[in-house]
Formats: sequence, structure tokens, C-alpha cells
Amino acid sequence: MNRIKQKLQEDKKILSIYFSAGYPNLDDTVKIIQDLEKSGVDLIEIGLPFSDPLADGPTIQESSTAALNNGMNTALLFEQLKDIRKTVSIPLILMGYFNPVLQYGVEEFCSRCEEIGIDGLILPDLPLDVYKEEYKTTFDKHGLINVFLITPQTSDERIKAIDDASEGFIYMVSSASTTGAKQGFGTEQSDYFERIAKMNLKNPQIVGFGISNSDTFDQATKSAKGAIIGSAFIKYLTANGVDNIGAFVKQIR
Amino acid sequence: MKSYHADERGYYGEFGGAFIPEMLYPNCEELRQNYLSIMEEPSFKEEFNQLLKDYVGRPTPLYFAKRLSEKYNTKIYLKREDLCHTGAHKVNNTIGQILMAKKLGKNRIIAETGAGQHGVATATVCALMGIQCVVYMGEIDIARQAPNVARMKMLGAEVRPAKSGSKTLKDATNEAIRDWINNPVDTHYIIGSVVGPHPYPEMVARFQSVISQEIKSQLKEKEGRENPNYVVACVGGGSNAAGAFYHYLDTPKVGIIAVEAAGKGIDSGESAATSALGKIGIIHGSKTLLMQTRDGQITEPYSISAGLDYPGVGPMHAHLYASGRGEFISITDDGAMKAGLELCKLEGIIPAIESSHALAIFEDRKFNPDDVVVVNLSGRGDKDLQNYIDYFKL
Repeated sequence: MNRIKQKLQEDKKILSIYFSAGYPNLDDTVKIIQDLEKSGVDLIEIGLPFSDPLADGPTIQESSTAALNNGMNTALLFEQLKDIRKTVSIPLILMGYFNPVLQYGVEEFCSRCEEIGIDGLILPDLPLDVYKEEYKTTFDKHGLINVFLITPQTSDERIKAIDDASEGFIYMVSSASTTGAKQGFGTEQSDYFERIAKMNLKNPQIVGFGISNSDTFDQATKSAKGAIIGSAFIKYLTANGVDNIGAFVKQIR
Repeated sequence: MKSYHADERGYYGEFGGAFIPEMLYPNCEELRQNYLSIMEEPSFKEEFNQLLKDYVGRPTPLYFAKRLSEKYNTKIYLKREDLCHTGAHKVNNTIGQILMAKKLGKNRIIAETGAGQHGVATATVCALMGIQCVVYMGEIDIARQAPNVARMKMLGAEVRPAKSGSKTLKDATNEAIRDWINNPVDTHYIIGSVVGPHPYPEMVARFQSVISQEIKSQLKEKEGRENPNYVVACVGGGSNAAGAFYHYLDTPKVGIIAVEAAGKGIDSGESAATSALGKIGIIHGSKTLLMQTRDGQITEPYSISAGLDYPGVGPMHAHLYASGRGEFISITDDGAMKAGLELCKLEGIIPAIESSHALAIFEDRKFNPDDVVVVNLSGRGDKDLQNYIDYFKL
């Protein structure tokens, strides 16, 4: 069974952490993954850096640019990860924009992911209809779960269509924003979280965008299955380096 | 018959579509569901046409360039988009989109700009309608294009510097898209070219199609026929070209010539000739040809003309190239500057450097003496004066 699905069956709130591969240093990727697992994180999203990350706010833009300047690229990331399953069992998701995947070759990309032991992909600019028509069979063949996003503006009808096409979880964007743009949740968010919870979707939801500490983590996971922290973790790495990742995770839960 | 227009899903052949994150889906979907019916509304058409006539100054002349024609031994007509209010064809689209935004109930406008022409055209229509306007412009471009920054400010727009990435047009576009993600309800994004996710390329092409619509009737008057042998336009993102080609796309006997900026030469590493140097990929929500590394990172193009240095090209043009329907020619900085100066001397018209690229093809591309060749003179050269001064040491 896919490691993501297995993890989601556990009776606990999921803490997922995002970081940009190749940041702060080119070769930090494996250490960050290992330390996050040791610190009790449930799921990791490895960011594949892109020159034009249009859904991301300044923090992830900067880490992405720095990673590219450090020399990160798709082939190198796969090379760094080739033995990762010898040391960790945590579910791993690659998150990035569609163009680098397209240039690598979708079939080839998915095949490498399977060899390495990647469990899923999040490609925000790969649209639902294109995925279903052109790429779903390839993802399925290589055992990759594709994670879709929903936002407070997504219509109920479309949420249902996304739920139908998903297996694993739905990435619930907390507010109309780019990553790292907002801090804290207001009534607008809690209403939205409740609205989605009442829809009884077949897939659990994991909330992302705007989660930076234990307060926002607790708020987000009151009705959702889990929450994702990205920009706040990257800021932590920028300030503290990679030697004490456990301390960051401890302040979340 | 094969059509070179977009299909209902916004694809030109294999190019186009809407490769957007979910955060943008409701915005684009609202536009997609409404733009055609709004454009068909009599009240919309009436207001659009009235403004094009009284405010923009349309129809723009189709001018027979006698001395230029003599020099190159063919019949050259210039479509005088340089005479539009604000100095270029860009305003055709911004007039259309501001009316669209009003119909959609939006009260805030955002736009991206490279050299500032589209920014000025957007700020202009926002002033006209009394709507709040924010223009994103690369920090480097702000420094390079001070007069246009001042124009936008005089027109009441807020100019926000794009400080990410390469700090130029593509990054200004990213910032505008991010703004739209953060303001999904009240804001309309006026994209300045036939780029971006569906329905933008198709919608902008329709607003610009007034250019070829006028060429048809004007040519009928002057030559007794609607169809020239060739229609020529420069292509950055490709909006003036889309407008000039639009009504001829499915008329195979009309040759379509798209002129890209070769910069310092196609193989120099400093070029913006996307058809020659690009590969299929995704840029700003559209599947099209774009300049990128092997790894799929988007690269920074170069041209002396700020309006042509976009790393992608509209999906319509990618399809014209890939299908062979269009003839693609690239012109270097030097070729364009020389052709620009030549038009000044022969016809008394100072063209924008973008348009000079289209004029430069006559040096190498030969036409028959009785061929009718329409060149879209997309903009005037006022904004480029400093470039001309520096280049020719005037």
C-alpha cells in the first residue's frame, strides 16, 4: 500500500513539512529528510525549485532561487534521493511546477520517482482535466498519488470533482493567497474549514498556507486531518541552519 | 477546413490551454464563461466601438508607403497603429478589457508591463473609467523606462516594482498573477498580450482583431481586394501580430510573416527569437514555445526592444510556427535600428523599435513587384528616442 494512504489511516493529526530541495545548501536534502522523520513529522514535501513559482510568496521564491543558484536541478535531486529508502520510511511527496517535469519527460519522471520510492506528487499548475486525460494512467502505473488543491473560492461542484479524482488527500489552501502571505486564521477560515468538513469528502484534507506555529496548526487540524508548514520552516532554516531541525518541529506539537 | 483559431478549450493545435494553480481557477473560469457573451452584447459592442473611434482615434490609416515601396520594388502598406492614442496598438486591448472588467463588476485593475507601453495603456483606461489601477513592473525596467513610469503615475496608477527573479517582464507577470491569487474577487487582471491562460490569448486576439478587420476594408478601397499577398508583424508575446493576422488566419493565400527579435544574433546567447530557440513548455499558464534551460527553468531573453523580450510567445503564434502556416523571420538589433532610421528618412515616420523589426525584413526577404505587403506599424518611436540617440549617437 502507498505510504501516504497508510499514514492517513493512523489515528492522529498529520504534520507535513515542505522545504525547497537544495536550500540552504545544495547537499542538505537527505539530512533534512532524515531529521524531519526523526523529529516525528508524518509527511514530507520536497520542493523541486522553479525559476517562476507563481503561486508562491517571497519566502519560497527566495529559497527556490537560492536552490537554483546552488545548482539544484531535477536530475541532481533524483541522484541525491536514490538511496533515501535505505534510511527513511516516511511518506515523501515531490512538489513543484509542471514545466520542469514536462521537460524531464512525464513518463521518465514518474518512473524515477517509483524507483526512488516517492509516494506522490503535487503539481499545482497541472490542471485536473489535463491530468485525467493525459497523465493519470502514467501516475497510476508508477504508484504515484497526485494531490490536488482546493481554495475557499473553489465551488462545491468542483470540490466534488476533485475529491472524485483524488486518492490520498486533498490539499486545502487556507485562504486566497500565495504561500506565506497570511498569518493566523480568522472566522473566514474557520467557516471554510467547517464548510469543507460538512461535505463529507472521501479524501481527508490537509490544510496548507498560513500555518506557522502550534496555534495555527491546532486551528487548522480541528476539523482537517492535518496541516502543512512550508514558509515558516524555510525561515527557520534560513535563520538557524540545518543542525537543529528537531527544535522547530517540537514547537509545533 | 483546418482552423488556426483557438478551439473551445483555448487550444491552437497543441498549444494553449490553462495550466494554472487552483487558486486562479475561479478567476479564469469566471472570465472564460462570460467573455464571449459579454463581447456579443450590443451595449458592449457599441461602447467598445465608440471608444475606439472617439478616444483611440480609429480607424487608423492604411498608408501606402510610396518611397519605401520604390526602394524595395514591391507595394508596401503600413497599418498605422502608431497613431493610436497612447502611441501603440496596446490600447485596443485595454479598452476592451476595462469594459469587460466593468461588466464583470470588478473595481480594481492590475496589469504587468515590460517597457511600460501596456502599463500606460492600462493606466489610461483606468483613468478614463475612474477605476483603481496597480501596474507591476520589473525593478530593472522601472529604472530603464522612467518616462513611462512617470506617465503611469500622472494617470493615477500605482507602479509596484517586481523584485523577484530577473526583475523584468516575466517577473512583473508573475507578480501580477500573485496579486490576482491574493485578490480573487474584486480584481480583474488586464494581460497585455496574447499570452497567459485561456481565455486570455483568445480574448486579447479578438480585441486586437480590429486591426485586420480595418485592413480588409481599407485595402478593398485602395486595391480593390480585401486580401494582401502578405501581412507582416513583429512578435514578442504577439498581440499586434495576432490582431493583424486574425482575419487572415484561415485564408491560406494570404502569407503570414511573423518577425522576432534576434537580439545580438540567434546564436549569441542574447536573443529573443522564441520560435528558433524555444521548446514547448508552460509559461504563465499557457502551453507554448518558450526559452528555457534543459531542466525547464525559464531563461531571460534579450532584445534592444523592450517590447519583444518575452521568453515565450502566444500559443496562436506557436501554432502558426509549428504548423508552417506562418513564416518566421528573426531580425537583429542592428537590422531593426537601421530599418527604423530608414523609415524616418523615406516616409517621415519614427517607428517604435518593435515595429522596426517588421520593417527590417525587406532587406533580405524579396517580394514580387506587384505583391501587396501590409506591415503592421504597431507603435511610434517617441518612447525609444533615448535608444535611437544612444545607438546612432545623435
